[in-house]
Amino acid sequence: MSFGPHLFLALLEGTVSAFVLALTALGLSLVFGVMRIVNVAHGEFFMLGAVLAWFCASLVGTPVAGFLFALIAAPLIVGALALAADRLVLRRIDYHPEGTIVATIGLLYIIQQAVLTLYGPEARPVTPPVYFILSFPWFGYSGYKLVVAAISACLLAATWWLLARTKLGLYMRAAQQDLEMAQAFGVPARRVYAMVFALGAMLAAVAGVLVVPIQQAHYLMGLDPLLLSFIVVILGGLGSVKGTVVAAFVVGISDGVVSVFFSPTLAKIVATLLVAAVLVVRPGGLFGEDRA
Amino acid sequence: MNDLATHRVLALHLGVLALLFLAQFALPEYHHTNVARIMVLAAYALGYNLLLGYTGLMSLGHAMFFAAGMYGAGLPVYYLGFGAAGALGAGIATGMLLAAAFGLMALRTSGVSFLIVSLMFAQAFYLASLYFNEITLGDQGFILSGKLAPLQLGGTPLGFHEPAVKYNAALLLFAACFLLSLGLRLSPIGRVLIAIRENEERTRLFGYDSFRYKLLALVLSGGLAAAAGASYALLFSYVGSTFASILFSIYPLLWTLLGGVGTILGPLVGTGLMFYLVDIASGITSAYLLVVGVVLVALILWFPQGIMGTVRAKWLPWLP
Amino acid sequence: MSEERKGQGFSRRRTLGTLGSLAGAALLPGSPAFAQAPKGRPIRIGFQVHRTGIGAVYGRWYERTTTAAAKLINEMGGIAGRPVEIVAEDDGTDPKRGPEVVEKLARQHKVDFVYGTLFSHVVIASAPRAGELKIPYFVVSEGYHVASGKLNRYVFQPGITDVRAQVTAMSSWITGKLGKKVTMIFPDYAFGYDHRDFFSQAVAKRGGTVLEKLAIPPTESSFTKYFARVPAETEVLYHVMVGPGVLTFVKEMGEHFGKKRPQIFGFIDSLEGVDIASPGLDFLDGTYFWEAFPRYAEGAQSAHAKNYRKLVGVNDAGVSLADPKDVSTFSHMFGCWETLYVIKQAVEKSGYKDPSPKDYRALIEYLESVKSFPESAEHPQGAKMFNGRLHQCYGHQYVSKVENRRLKVVHRTKIEDSLYDPEADYTKQAL
Repeated sequence: MSFGPHLFLALLEGTVSAFVLALTALGLSLVFGVMRIVNVAHGEFFMLGAVLAWFCASLVGTPVAGFLFALIAAPLIVGALALAADRLVLRRIDYHPEGTIVATIGLLYIIQQAVLTLYGPEARPVTPPVYFILSFPWFGYSGYKLVVAAISACLLAATWWLLARTKLGLYMRAAQQDLEMAQAFGVPARRVYAMVFALGAMLAAVAGVLVVPIQQAHYLMGLDPLLLSFIVVILGGLGSVKGTVVAAFVVGISDGVVSVFFSPTLAKIVATLLVAAVLVVRPGGLFGEDRA
Repeated sequence: MNDLATHRVLALHLGVLALLFLAQFALPEYHHTNVARIMVLAAYALGYNLLLGYTGLMSLGHAMFFAAGMYGAGLPVYYLGFGAAGALGAGIATGMLLAAAFGLMALRTSGVSFLIVSLMFAQAFYLASLYFNEITLGDQGFILSGKLAPLQLGGTPLGFHEPAVKYNAALLLFAACFLLSLGLRLSPIGRVLIAIRENEERTRLFGYDSFRYKLLALVLSGGLAAAAGASYALLFSYVGSTFASILFSIYPLLWTLLGGVGTILGPLVGTGLMFYLVDIASGITSAYLLVVGVVLVALILWFPQGIMGTVRAKWLPWLP
Repeated sequence: MSEERKGQGFSRRRTLGTLGSLAGAALLPGSPAFAQAPKGRPIRIGFQVHRTGIGAVYGRWYERTTTAAAKLINEMGGIAGRPVEIVAEDDGTDPKRGPEVVEKLARQHKVDFVYGTLFSHVVIASAPRAGELKIPYFVVSEGYHVASGKLNRYVFQPGITDVRAQVTAMSSWITGKLGKKVTMIFPDYAFGYDHRDFFSQAVAKRGGTVLEKLAIPPTESSFTKYFARVPAETEVLYHVMVGPGVLTFVKEMGEHFGKKRPQIFGFIDSLEGVDIASPGLDFLDGTYFWEAFPRYAEGAQSAHAKNYRKLVGVNDAGVSLADPKDVSTFSHMFGCWETLYVIKQAVEKSGYKDPSPKDYRALIEYLESVKSFPESAEHPQGAKMFNGRLHQCYGHQYVSKVENRRLKVVHRTKIEDSLYDPEADYTKQAL
């Protein structure tokens, strides 16, 4: 394919993946920003969203109904699971940073293997709610992917609205800036933490529901989104929502464009090393505060 | 530490080594090779423990050191016909060099940042092993058995496929790493490392260059991990990208935590126990990695000190 | 008096004759009722199966086929009159766990043979241990690694053909019928490299060129960016993909190219376990696939193939009889069936009794002397040639065209089409 159309395709793909990535990574970023912990099981919440979407689709008749059902049910179920994990494990270890990492690695394996047992090792497809192909002169493109981008954009906006305009959002921002002060002003820290953790999980789950008609639901699908989310969150700044969204676009679009010139594996290597370099030079990430 | 304590410590640790040596005559066939594997992997865990237990730095990227040792030993054997001793040396050197380079860059960070940087570097290493698959043969990997000349001990060839050779080579490796860790722990350097773990600021205030000490710990840690990786390649004959993946960075964390972070005996206990837990679990369910998850969560909730750590806290406070 | 006796004798002889022919018929497959129940110490075959991990779809069908074959073998009298027992252990499609499983099967379960591995990296990691333990290791892998000589004399692949043979056979058909300028898409992985290297070689010999070689990392979940790199002058797009993303791969290929596509030739590996009539796969109509054992039974299929389908539980569309959504890995799983029967033949003809070096040697040397396997109930995919020095079998390959959301065979190769110059000789290795 000649350069122009190739670039166009790369930009299309990059935009779609940027939106999905922003949605997936946002949860991780919020959790770190407010709670100061890294949730290594984040990718598994994404996978759970995808698998639950498959369950919903198999229970309901039409793809559209299945999709809508999943959009509501999957995040609720995953959110409840996250609340349970917070109450039973994270709270008990008092959100100790390194302990949380170990605990969430454990959670990763528990969720992954539970899905393996209950859902099986197969990769199963989910029919997209709408299916049409945009035929450009040089290539065809899945219309549903653009729908995913649009829905993600709406959800990102909704999350921004939650943070900027609601009481919960106010509490979250307060807790992020200075937990002790916030508590002194009556912010219920424990409850905010629980809600943030649940919100983070729910965002990942929704991303999974959106993405699964493009890919397939498979019990190992959570690892890649986790690594990508790490990259985005670090580049954008641990704890900065704006930074996360910007970084998602940088990563998403450049990944598409770079793979025009280089092999994808090489592009991934470069991206990974770049992230490490950023952290070394600015331990708080590009936009974040210096929180070494 | 007074003389009596040192004697007690030495006696205990040398006793463990003696037990391992004698075990090879009593163990049934199946467990013989298992224990050899466990010893090599326990050496890996010992390397990890050096960094986490004694310096307080948690890494999620140690697979790159293990794999550096594996490739560092395996590639020269496969392409250049190196013997076992040379390959082991090459593997260890590769690991230590990589650790030094990594440390110079990454030790500016700590805590969660260090963790993520280590994860990212290890991931890049893994991807590189796939990218350069013309040389490394990537995911598929390659076999050393046809190419590795047997060890020569005064004229008698000792092939690594022979169970006795395999077991004792593994034991030698483990013993070396074990005693090195113990020696370091009891030495002045070890005390500084522990001080850094407890409170880095204060240690620096006392005039110690914490960066240099941390770098030393990292290089030694990487060296031990690489020695384990090189031995794994030489003894079990296979080198492949899978050993550079994230799961292989999680394993030593798991084994060390289970056995008791910050104890010398911990890594051996943790590795052995986890090996058999997985083995038994895979007989019951096909989701045997579930055991890994449950153990990690249970550990962090109720036994953050691990097995030997709890033993030390309750009964044997002199345990290093 | 003598006439009377003659009359009786005659009818007794006829009765005996009838009984005799009935007994003879009992030895034919399909009539287990008359077979003697196997007895004595069982022959234990250790089954290293991919129950979890990326190979799980294949593992599931491998396990079903193995169970069906073992059941039939036992119904028909077992192996050398002894019952066959399958001892399965999951290796998680993991090259670290693989050798541990071989160890467990050989040393703890004390099986006679180990068999059943598919994914190349696990085979390569596990084979050395089997060689050290000196236990015959029968792989059902399709990889070229066995025939390459890189493994050891205990490893055999007598039930499924290898990639190099498949690719060699396909290269002449592709360059002859579809086009000479080929772009290849393959997994960045052992199996993919075999395709990449051997197909390029074979195509060059026939005056074709490979324009571009696109390697896809094993964990990739989105493939559109690869299709963009297919050069415009491509006449044939050659694809072979494995792993959880295969359906996505094929869907995105269709979305990208639409109607303006080059000729497309894929290996059924890209669609094993996947329904061709899945939504989003309409564009596959008119494209071609390599198959080892055609998924859709067309017209007259041999009685052996029909019976095989029934026993492993798939219908004439290669779909599970129990669940219409469960599509089989039909071009791979027959390897398990045939390999188990090869083990049976090897045990019976070599006089193997116990896992001793002497009996193993006899078995291995017998197998190395075998030249062919005829098409039969034991080898329903078709007749095979067997090269004792390479420890590898060779068989017919098929080209199928997708028509009306089904596969229809358009070409069947001769076994000779897939042969290549041998590069190894295991018989020269010591045991």
